[in-house]
Amino acid sequence: MALNRDFVGREYPPSASYEVSRVKIKEFAAAIGDHNPIYRDKEAAQAAGHPDVIAPPTFPIVFSLQSGGGALADPDLGLNYAMVVHGEQRFEYTRPIYAGDELVTKATITDIRTAGRNELLTIRSEITTVGGEPVCTTYNTIVERGGAG
Amino acid sequence: MAAKVQYDAVEVGQELPSADYQVRRVNLVMYAGASGDLNPIHWNERFAKQVGLPDVIAHGMFTMAQAGRYVTDWAGDPGAVVDYGVRFSAMVVVPDDDQGATITVSGVVEEKLEDKRVVIALTARSGDAKVLSRARAVVQLA
Repeated sequence: MALNRDFVGREYPPSASYEVSRVKIKEFAAAIGDHNPIYRDKEAAQAAGHPDVIAPPTFPIVFSLQSGGGALADPDLGLNYAMVVHGEQRFEYTRPIYAGDELVTKATITDIRTAGRNELLTIRSEITTVGGEPVCTTYNTIVERGGAG
Repeated sequence: MAAKVQYDAVEVGQELPSADYQVRRVNLVMYAGASGDLNPIHWNERFAKQVGLPDVIAHGMFTMAQAGRYVTDWAGDPGAVVDYGVRFSAMVVVPDDDQGATITVSGVVEEKLEDKRVVIALTARSGDAKVLSRARAVVQLA
């Protein structure tokens, strides 16, 4: 079933804030097999010029999707989640993410399009601190296989 | 923050040495837990086959993280990666054995930008498949 184009341009209210912890960064770094001490050791991070341990570039996936997640579950959108695969992903940083950051994510559906037999939907997420400082913008495109019939 | 690579020491067309990253089932279980993506296609062979996949496949974001690690290791500082985007072009199939799958990542300096930034074009392969396409990282060099 084609996705409902009325959802293009929809903005979703900011998420509850997400507190970035050293423990979560360490867990995520271990899960991607990256042993860089900058992800684990505050002193190593400070020696590299950072205020605290830093998050790997793809870390925002841990919390950024939840904000737009409600949209994808809305029956009016017409998405069959069992057929969804990840199409594209991008992280555009204003500054790195550090342990101790309290971040909020505001999601907007920016595009829905057909490519062959698939439906593609793109969500842009603006990640800022609770104080409003821009940190990172993510672009997530999902593919609904066979969605276009 | 400071990358260890000097902008002036880098040339357009320069190839970065390739690196291999092994993916076994345990890595996908760890990634599922750490990322919160519990889709069973990444850890349950029975379910993966039911939905028409050849076997369990790696999370696209796991593969993206391996190519990200390749760039941060080269740059010497994860904070130097200011923009990183990929398209997922093929699946990484992860068999249930001790070897798992291998993701081979390589890169080339595609462009030198203003402010000591460079664009690295990345290639990631698993077996015969190119698993990422249009993979680009913008890195702030010293």
